[in-house]
Amino acid sequence: MGTENKDGYWKANISLLLKLLVIWFVVSFGAGILFVDFLNQFEVLGVKLGFWFAQQGSIYVFVGLIFYYTRRMRKIDEEHGVED
Amino acid sequence: MDVQTLTYLFVGVSFALYIGIAIWSKVGSTREFYIAGGGVHPVVNGMATAADWMSAASFISMTGLIAFLGYDGSVYLMGWTGGYVLLALLLAPYLRKFGKFTVPDFIGDRYYSKSARLVAILCLIIISFTYVAGQMRGVGIVFSRFLEIEIEMGVLTGMAIVFMYAVLGGMKGITYTQVAQYCVLIFAYTVPAIFISMLVTGNPVPQLGLGSEVADTGKTVLETLDTVLVDLGFNAYTEGTKSTIDIFAITAALMVGTAGLPHVIVRFFTVPKVSDARVSAGWALVFIALLYTTAPAVGAFARINFINEVNETSYAETPAWFKNWENLGLIGWADKNGDGKVQYRAGAPFEGTPSFEEDKRGPHGERVVVNTATPSANEVYVDRDIMVLANPEIAKLPDWVFALVAAGSLAAALSTAAGLLLVISSSVSHDLFKMTLMPEITDKQELLYARLAAAIAIGVAGYLGINPPGFVAEVVALAFGLAAASLFPAILMGIFSRKMNREGAIAGMISGLFFTVGYITYFKFMNPDLNTAANWFFGISPEGIGTLGMVVNFIVAYGVMKLTKSPPQEVGELIESIRIPSGAGAGHHH
Repeated sequence: MGTENKDGYWKANISLLLKLLVIWFVVSFGAGILFVDFLNQFEVLGVKLGFWFAQQGSIYVFVGLIFYYTRRMRKIDEEHGVED
Repeated sequence: MDVQTLTYLFVGVSFALYIGIAIWSKVGSTREFYIAGGGVHPVVNGMATAADWMSAASFISMTGLIAFLGYDGSVYLMGWTGGYVLLALLLAPYLRKFGKFTVPDFIGDRYYSKSARLVAILCLIIISFTYVAGQMRGVGIVFSRFLEIEIEMGVLTGMAIVFMYAVLGGMKGITYTQVAQYCVLIFAYTVPAIFISMLVTGNPVPQLGLGSEVADTGKTVLETLDTVLVDLGFNAYTEGTKSTIDIFAITAALMVGTAGLPHVIVRFFTVPKVSDARVSAGWALVFIALLYTTAPAVGAFARINFINEVNETSYAETPAWFKNWENLGLIGWADKNGDGKVQYRAGAPFEGTPSFEEDKRGPHGERVVVNTATPSANEVYVDRDIMVLANPEIAKLPDWVFALVAAGSLAAALSTAAGLLLVISSSVSHDLFKMTLMPEITDKQELLYARLAAAIAIGVAGYLGINPPGFVAEVVALAFGLAAASLFPAILMGIFSRKMNREGAIAGMISGLFFTVGYITYFKFMNPDLNTAANWFFGISPEGIGTLGMVVNFIVAYGVMKLTKSPPQEVGELIESIRIPSGAGAGHHH
């Protein structure tokens, strides 16, 4: 495998990682902690929104993030011919 | 059948199952002992990881913590799940590609240094032993409360079971017992949760019950709690008392610490492929989330039930569970205003944890608390750890649910203990003996050392369970803080930075370690009186200091790297190789 392809693969990986980590940060540290008071004026499923993110929502998003990552990475692996 | 017989039956059957698996999965090579031959199916590994991860603390303590902390309890929910995102995206696939046996293996190879390996072994052993002491204590508590066996006998029984499958079957035995233990523990956790959710709200799904109305009141569970608690002088349930920066730091320390825990990381060495490591982390989190999204609902219901059953009830009329737990010293009541009723209010009822006068009963039949009373109107002390165990009794559920919870808490404690003991023994036999002290030993000899190390580690863990050091509760923070401040940054930089060298990594790990241990020791052991927000660095409590320790590690590592030689050529090749999934040598199927 050429250096160019390797670099391309690593760049694609890093850019996906960063996007997903931003979401990871926003739903937990953002919605569940930093903006919890602001979000608490809204409601979801009978629970204040900020509180819901802190005790429920963030966990659901984490699960979704990992499965999305595995699907996207499989594609990126194949595009660069490095799948296992 | 009475409760006692049922409990013996449930616990007995589950133990027989674990022993059966132990005999079936006896191993013959170190590769099988350390990483189950690398052939574990990703979903199976996900389930085993969930049991490995969810300890007595998750099963027994966390719900109680959330019940009594309300919003502040969120740090555990986000912290202990969010770490899996870091693990899946930043560590697991690359470490699987690296393809050896232990965490010190990676650190030793990547930083081309025996000293780096030794520092990693040291961190691993401190982290894992502090953690395992708590598990053994959990086993002891369950045995003494449910089976009315002496704590010592309980711990010894637990040790014997773990000995069977960890020493015989190594990682392979542990993996398949953990799958069985996951099934037992999740069933034991969700069944009472569904019952209680039905009782309190009429909605059988606890996750939805949290936002549903309390039967016949027109107010939701959380609204009810907020109102009741404020009336009793507490903070509202949905609002925290901790500062935002502290909540932030604790959550971050728990997340990063989770991703840096060796017994969790090593589970991802056992799957056949790199892509399996990624998806396996996803499944692990699904199985964990089943319990973790149920816990906040159970916590809220338990707090409501507790207040309804106990507050303003005369001692004579308090339910049997109240007196049972009082007999074990985990509930204490002092009738400060002399009205014979239990007043549950904000604040500590008396100084410290309750001490009782031997064989003496007060005017209402209560045990006599000798602690100095505080001026607060609160009269009742309740240990948070009893919430999950007492829940079936508080909600008046059938006896078999009670027996199930006993089997479930033992499954949670034993599965985590086994995982921890395995990483301790493999770091001793593999990293210390084979890779550092006696490289000439054969695979057979190494396997013998691994079994011996596992047996000794079980002995030490058992000793700690029977004679728990007074600081067990405090040191859990230490385990996460250390993992966050030492191992996680070293592994992360090892994968994502080509330039990070031996000197930088070692200096980083040592400074992160010392900073974190020093801070926790200073506030928890040397000057507990000073342990208040006003004295903390940036208002960060010892529980959250691992986050700052991690930052210290990164800064020191970077600075030292700039001043020292860059890593040799071979390391560059190692990094190239772990960054691409192809060529990860296949494992064999079981």
